[in-house]
Amino acid sequence: MSEAAIELRGITKTFGSVIANKDVNLTVRRGEILAILGENGSGKTTLMNMISGIYYPDEGQILIDGSEVVIRSPKDAYKYKIGMIHQHFKLVDVFTATQNIILGINGDKYNVKTASEEIKKISDKYGFIIEPEKKIYNMSVSEKQTVEIIKALYRGADILILDEPTAVLTPQETDKLFEVLRRMREDGKSIIIITHKLHEVLSISDRVSVLRKGEYIATVNTAETDETALTEMMVGKKVSLNIERKDPENTADRLIVKNISCKNAEGRTVLDNVSFTAKSGEILGVAGIAGSGQREILEAVAGLQHLESGEILYVNPKNDETVNLRDKTPTQIRDLGVRLSFVPEDRLGMGLVGNMDIIDNMMLRSYKKGHSAFLDRKQPKNLAENIIKSLEVVTPGATTPVRRLSGGNVQKVLVGREIASNPKVLMAAYPVRGLDINSSYIIYNLLSKQKENGVAVIFVGEDLDVLIELCDRIMVINSGRVSGIVDGRSADKNEIGLMMTKTQEKGREQ
Amino acid sequence: MAKANTASAKTAKAPREPLFHIVKRSSLPFYKSWLIRIIAIAIALVVCGILTFILTGENPISVYGTMIEGAFGTERKIWTLLQDIAMLLCVSLAVTPAFKMRFWNIGAEGQVLVGGLACAACMLWLGNVLPTAVLFIVMIIASMAAGAIWAVIPAIFKAQWNTNETLFTLMMNYVGIQIVSYFAMAWESPKGSGKIGIINQSSQAGWLPTIGGQKYLLNIIIVLAITIIMYIYLKYSKHGYEISVVGESENTARYIGINVKKVIIRTMLLSGAICGIAGFLLVSGTNHTISTSTADNRGFTAIMVSWLAKFNPLVMILTSFLLVFMDKGASEIATVYRIDQAFSDIITGILLFFIIGCEFFINYKIVFNTKHKKAEIAAGAADAASSAKEAE
Amino acid sequence: MFSSIISFIPRAVVQGIPLLFGSTGEMLTEKSGNLNLGIPGIMYVGGISGVIGAFLYEESLSSPDAINGFLAIMIPLLSSALGSLIMGLIYSFLTTTLRANQNVTGLAMTTFGVGFGNFFGASIVKLTGSDIPSVALTNTSQFFKASLPFADDLGWFGKIFLSYGFMTYLAIVVAIAAAFFLKRTRGGLHLRAVGENPATADAAGISVEKSKYMATCIGSIIAGLGGLYYVMDYACGVWSNEGFGDRGWLAIALVIFALWNPDIGIFGSIIFGGLYIVYLFIPGLALKTQELFKMLPYLVTIVVLVITSMRKKREYQPPQSLGLAYFREER
Repeated sequence: MSEAAIELRGITKTFGSVIANKDVNLTVRRGEILAILGENGSGKTTLMNMISGIYYPDEGQILIDGSEVVIRSPKDAYKYKIGMIHQHFKLVDVFTATQNIILGINGDKYNVKTASEEIKKISDKYGFIIEPEKKIYNMSVSEKQTVEIIKALYRGADILILDEPTAVLTPQETDKLFEVLRRMREDGKSIIIITHKLHEVLSISDRVSVLRKGEYIATVNTAETDETALTEMMVGKKVSLNIERKDPENTADRLIVKNISCKNAEGRTVLDNVSFTAKSGEILGVAGIAGSGQREILEAVAGLQHLESGEILYVNPKNDETVNLRDKTPTQIRDLGVRLSFVPEDRLGMGLVGNMDIIDNMMLRSYKKGHSAFLDRKQPKNLAENIIKSLEVVTPGATTPVRRLSGGNVQKVLVGREIASNPKVLMAAYPVRGLDINSSYIIYNLLSKQKENGVAVIFVGEDLDVLIELCDRIMVINSGRVSGIVDGRSADKNEIGLMMTKTQEKGREQ
Repeated sequence: MAKANTASAKTAKAPREPLFHIVKRSSLPFYKSWLIRIIAIAIALVVCGILTFILTGENPISVYGTMIEGAFGTERKIWTLLQDIAMLLCVSLAVTPAFKMRFWNIGAEGQVLVGGLACAACMLWLGNVLPTAVLFIVMIIASMAAGAIWAVIPAIFKAQWNTNETLFTLMMNYVGIQIVSYFAMAWESPKGSGKIGIINQSSQAGWLPTIGGQKYLLNIIIVLAITIIMYIYLKYSKHGYEISVVGESENTARYIGINVKKVIIRTMLLSGAICGIAGFLLVSGTNHTISTSTADNRGFTAIMVSWLAKFNPLVMILTSFLLVFMDKGASEIATVYRIDQAFSDIITGILLFFIIGCEFFINYKIVFNTKHKKAEIAAGAADAASSAKEAE
Repeated sequence: MFSSIISFIPRAVVQGIPLLFGSTGEMLTEKSGNLNLGIPGIMYVGGISGVIGAFLYEESLSSPDAINGFLAIMIPLLSSALGSLIMGLIYSFLTTTLRANQNVTGLAMTTFGVGFGNFFGASIVKLTGSDIPSVALTNTSQFFKASLPFADDLGWFGKIFLSYGFMTYLAIVVAIAAAFFLKRTRGGLHLRAVGENPATADAAGISVEKSKYMATCIGSIIAGLGGLYYVMDYACGVWSNEGFGDRGWLAIALVIFALWNPDIGIFGSIIFGGLYIVYLFIPGLALKTQELFKMLPYLVTIVVLVITSMRKKREYQPPQSLGLAYFREER
């Protein structure tokens, strides 16, 4: 039972000047589920990538079954029966499930048919459901994850590493996954699960190892610990996990979305008759499985999504006149005097330009002002310096490319810019994804403060606990439809989880 | 490494630690990256010198002498050199806004040619009809329009359907070449020569005027002006900013309300129009005729000039000088030592390989793995120590 | 009518074969994610390397009659392969090991390769002391041009199917083999994975660097054979500078035309070859109008490019990571 499958000694890895892992020691036993717990940016994934051969450690040793090994590539990792399921799936879109699963295996004769049978056997053993001939680009996220897990098992992996496997799953899908993992443990496999969700750690793991800022803190038996103790280890100092939520004041309808529907590039309906109202002085949360239409809702409001039907009405607080934003471009929306800010999910791919410095990124919102053909860099420069000061952005200067800042600082720059224009509607998609706890709370507080200032805030989140603590109302969406809007103060997590997944028969209760 | 070997030999068949691994640099100071490039060019020059020595038996020092002679030897050679730099620079300036937008316009060759063709057509048909000033205006507009049309066709398809522009613009080159080839025969003079010959030989209508007795001076001045304008356009204008944003991330551009399709089309119109100007200068200022070789592969060389200069118009003066100098120098060697003129392509190729390759050392660094050595030194490198380690 | 078709097809085929070699080589290369725009240069090098080999062999003979058929074929083949291999290695080293920009590297390769071909072509001409600017290796060429038995005895059938030198059949066999490799073998699956998504291939234990090197080098050798075929068979052993023309770019066009399928490339190459010379079979065309007809292959490629981009079918698209360098520790 307590035999060590993998042992890490003094592992250190740096990227440029960033220390991702420093002197980490860790042991994984046979037939156990070990959770690696740590905040975003604490080096969990980097550490696991060194076991699976993606990164090569600068210092330290890896021992498997007691003898030292060198893992130079994923191929070496497979040789030691290590399989990793990455957070961003490593699958070839135009291949079938089977082709992906057998990818990279040499030796026995190339035969897709026998491979398919083998895959069926594995699926039956652990209770997976899979269509071997389905192309990846036609698959849902959880189907893709299944393919990834089978891929590792097919190669005979005895040590499975799962990087944030539940981030994209519903509570129900998560339960199913955990069942499979437990079955594997009984089968004698070692499972490492990376996560930052405490309740999952407590429900699935046998032991927990905690990382903080790239350093190894401790390993404890799950049975002998609780949420508070783990949080303390993870964050370092006692933090209160409460978000201050004031009651909404002077609410008024600000954004009225009526029956909008739209299709994606492939012609599939991604928003189906969505209606809701965002009120000033209130945070409206949006909950749902990843890819249920959250992005499309925000993009439709921001003028980035073509709609099939419906309308989006903005109530101007100055004169209570309404304007329809449907099918307007972002420029037209701005010209109508609509004060709309949008913090998109993809910070460096959409909200900011990674290779440009902070000043030029500030200019994104303002460069069009004025009739001159030339740019005015003076005001953006002042704004950049203001934000750096007021939000305590850690950067060498205002002329540093934002790509070189850490995740939290990138987000401060983006949110800072979006708030600077004094919006009346502020939309934020997953604004704390990838941030450590301190930065997350800075962002939550910024949003709360906007709400207190009378802004209508729309917050798309993935962590139901945070949504319930932060939002005044929570809209739950399920495959492009609104399955209900609940009160944030009385909402129940399991109820929301069910609303996110259950098949749409009962209609929408308001 | 030997120690590591013996150690790993004992621990069953554990694979050996790799000798080094590659790490991406976070950033390199400005001067260091240029130092690396200069070193690469220097090594390339040495290699070219050795190659020349092998082929001609001449000692390398005098080889470089010959190259300098070929580029700067006489006043005429200097003017030709400057003119060639100017023309290459002009085409490079044309492709640069497209490249900054990450639009791989490798169709400059065709765009220059059709621009030149339009210019030649004006000279032939209108040369002795219109007054000089009007003629020049018509010629310039026609050339720019022709180049712009040639460039905007792939741009429209790119904007609308995301059609691969690298391959589209490449194909457009050959369509352009065949059209020029057609007109070269249609307008051949004298009959049966298959060439257009010097247009308006006697009247010199539509020939760019000589300034201070220098035939090429006006070309050079015009290109210098375009260089400065392009530098300002890219760096300080709103259009230039939009080009950068679209190039870095189309999603960001859409998010802030830039009309991406419009920017792609507008930028390619500009790119093609400047190619048209290059065609105009080549026909009206330099050659006074047109053939399929008028662009002389500049459309392709320009891509390298622009890329080597990291799309900075001012640095492009240097990079186009470098490439033209190597070409002229190598060509002089070929003449002096009676070897084929294609020698200069080989020399240029070698130079480019080195400059292209050296970018690696600017973006990445090689880290030699020493952790095992360190560990063993720490353990006193004694066998007892290493076996103790294994026993753990 | 019938007789002109009978004479048209073999001429389309011989025009198409250099393109087929080039495009098959480029397809293998592109399936690994490398967009090698150096193919035109590599085909020049493949051609001239074969010429150098054949020239040295012919020079070493005491009399032209002493020529050995086996050696006369193998020496040019191997020296051509060696020349192209070196070009493939240069490209791979720059783009895969040093992760250089593929477009720029490819264009530099073309500059270098065309220059290399013309330079050594001219040098050999000078060695022979010939008055005309070309080398004629007719003795070697006869072995390349030897057609199948009965080619002359079977009427139109013989003309259309049997009247070619062995490299024609080699080109078709290589294309079929490449198609089989890509679609039906494990190695092909791995190679395609590298071109689609190198990070995935890498995580699955496939060596991305090795795959890229192998595909690019083998692709270069195949493409180089197109240059060799052109000199030894099509041009009857006569090398003249710039003679090969822009066929290298046509080969790249053919890759798009055939949607990255080497087997479709066989028919595509014959169509391209036909389009390339169709002007010769249209009676009454003026010389200048012929020039316009020569743009047909390029126009057709543009049309295919546009249609496939409009259809947006996943299987018709270029390999997803085409043109991008891969670095495992990218963050």
